[in-house]
Amino acid sequence: MNRRQLIASVAAMTTISLALPAWAQDEPLKVGFIYVGPVSDGGWTYQHDQGRLAVEEEFGDRVETTYLESVPEGVDAERALTQLALAGNDVIYATSFGYMDAVINVAAKFPDVKFEHNTGYKRADNVGTYDGRFYEGRAVTGTIAGRMTQSNKIGYIATFPIPEVIQGINSAYIHAKKVNPDVEMRVVWAYTWFDPAKEADAANALMAEGVDVILQHTNSTAPLAQLQQQGKIGFGQASDMASFAPTPRVSSVYNNWGAHYVKSVGRILDGTWQPEAVWGGIGDGIVAIGEITEAVPAEVKAEAEALRDKIAAGEYHPFTGPLNKADGSAWLAEGQTATDEELSGMNFFVEGINAELPQ
Amino acid sequence: MIRLVPRTEASAFWQIATPVMAVAATMLAGGLLFAIMGYDPVSAIRTIFWDPLFGPAAGYSRPQLLVKAAPLILIASGLAVGFRAGIWNIGAEGQYIIGAITGAAVALAAYPASEMWIFPAMVIAGALGGWAWGMIPALLRNWFGASEILVSLMLVYVAQRIAAWMAFGPMKNPEGFGMPGSRNLQQYPAASNPELIAGTGAHWGVVAAVITVLAIWFLMSRHIRGFHIRAAGTAPRAARFAGVKPQTLVAFCLGLSGALAGMAGLFEVAGPAGQITDKVGVGYGFTAIIVAFLGRLHPVGILLAGLLLALTYIGGELAQLTLNLPAATVQVFQGMLLFFLLGFDLLTRYRITRRVTA
Repeated sequence: MNRRQLIASVAAMTTISLALPAWAQDEPLKVGFIYVGPVSDGGWTYQHDQGRLAVEEEFGDRVETTYLESVPEGVDAERALTQLALAGNDVIYATSFGYMDAVINVAAKFPDVKFEHNTGYKRADNVGTYDGRFYEGRAVTGTIAGRMTQSNKIGYIATFPIPEVIQGINSAYIHAKKVNPDVEMRVVWAYTWFDPAKEADAANALMAEGVDVILQHTNSTAPLAQLQQQGKIGFGQASDMASFAPTPRVSSVYNNWGAHYVKSVGRILDGTWQPEAVWGGIGDGIVAIGEITEAVPAEVKAEAEALRDKIAAGEYHPFTGPLNKADGSAWLAEGQTATDEELSGMNFFVEGINAELPQ
Repeated sequence: MIRLVPRTEASAFWQIATPVMAVAATMLAGGLLFAIMGYDPVSAIRTIFWDPLFGPAAGYSRPQLLVKAAPLILIASGLAVGFRAGIWNIGAEGQYIIGAITGAAVALAAYPASEMWIFPAMVIAGALGGWAWGMIPALLRNWFGASEILVSLMLVYVAQRIAAWMAFGPMKNPEGFGMPGSRNLQQYPAASNPELIAGTGAHWGVVAAVITVLAIWFLMSRHIRGFHIRAAGTAPRAARFAGVKPQTLVAFCLGLSGALAGMAGLFEVAGPAGQITDKVGVGYGFTAIIVAFLGRLHPVGILLAGLLLALTYIGGELAQLTLNLPAATVQVFQGMLLFFLLGFDLLTRYRITRRVTA
């Protein structure tokens, strides 16, 4: 290479690098997702990926999405998040609780990249959080459960004793009790989010105790398969599980993250994004109630849908007093509603639930 | 007709050549798989094996190779010693988890003190925890003849339950809003295991891995215990005549591999992982078995094999990002690697001859 060529090529490179910023603005917004499971899991990660597809559909060429799937929480999370940031993503959605500290660490190193962490509580200048008020959905399915049970025993397959799950159990019980004062709640702790064998065992254990309606917080369809065999009913969880409709799946509470992702990406595109703590419910579209099937009598269906609409409109809060704690102490006075702060640290059952709550 | 004739002595050439052939065959079969799935095989292989080392973001991914390889090398070095003696510790994953818990316990008990002894004490506690978990299958084998393969494997599940109990119970972060998981040790300077020199990825676990490789090499080639181990593996009867006590060897090998796995667990929980959660075990203990065999149970081989496996993890991530390859690709790759290695291994112990049958 002689000197003239060298000068020419340096000049060409300079032109390219000078031209880059202007060209970059016409580039699509790069949106990255990090998933804890495979996109084909049919549950938690599947619903997030549906949300990613909703973003693509809404914004078309203005966005470009990528994802990393099956990234375990722990040692790999920080590296995977860094890879997403290095790949030029403008915003990264981290879709599992266990990514929390890794998100905070990586966000500090990439101040120009926006991060949103699902189900966590740590925020920063470029880190927001988002979560669903799943207890709102449980109020609706709890109502259906209370009306539908013949044995007056309903069951709940719980995952881990964390506030989100405890909110769900309490909400389901409160609303079942409201329509059926004789109802009893049985709780089985499965200590897993997804394990078909354990979930099936839990469903069978509940049915052996006389339970005939089961609500599940775990994400597989195994409990529904067991319910089908014994002619009992249950609800879809995380995803709609419509393949088990009209019975045993009589309705579902599913996660519609697309409602949040479309709103959030839209705000980034028009420059109004802020690191917020989004906790959206039925009204925001994040928590959705799947179709209530014909296995449910019309008047029960109407009652459940009316409750759903009242919650969505903000006219009714599922935790409205009078409510006492399981130890008999007073919690909410007549007409008083629970604060978000109380809910996000919830570590007690409400009065009437005689089940073990591991501490 | 093709016949396999046993060699009187393992072939030195094939000892070295089989891992190389296994890697080449994995690339070929992997490439074929990608082609069938509709991806460009050349760019997929290049993304997985080349880009982490020399690609556009190699400045970040190269140090990450050390971070990912360190626990694999630490665990595999210990496992290889036992495997050489015919003592099969399949439960390094459990020893890793227990080491992480006992090591973190020291830190959480000391919190928020800032004395210098805390981190060294954690390392010792982690090694002791792993050692103790490894001694259970050792003692059960020595006293009752129980298979150490089954016992060590089963204890992995017990360890996972203990980790879940710790994360939801005794070790739960009191400032964590009721959510599971311990305090994050990365945010507790006296107990954290940070990058020692910025940009190198090297933390104390990497240092320990290098020292371990040298120590195991010395043990196996220069020390009488190493001779006993090799003798017990190749000719158990002769070894007994030479004064090798099988029970001592079982306790030594399971204890050593347990202690190293426990140490690896501690370095991870104080460093890259940061906290005890119910998912503190991420499969290093099982992947290390592949590393040990791919490295021919030799310390230097294990060093290289650990780096290669780390490459498949990080390259697999890049392939997901740039080519949308599914994450399961990495597991398929690792499985193929072991499969081809064991297949080609036949050549070290057998000769292939052609003979016309009458």
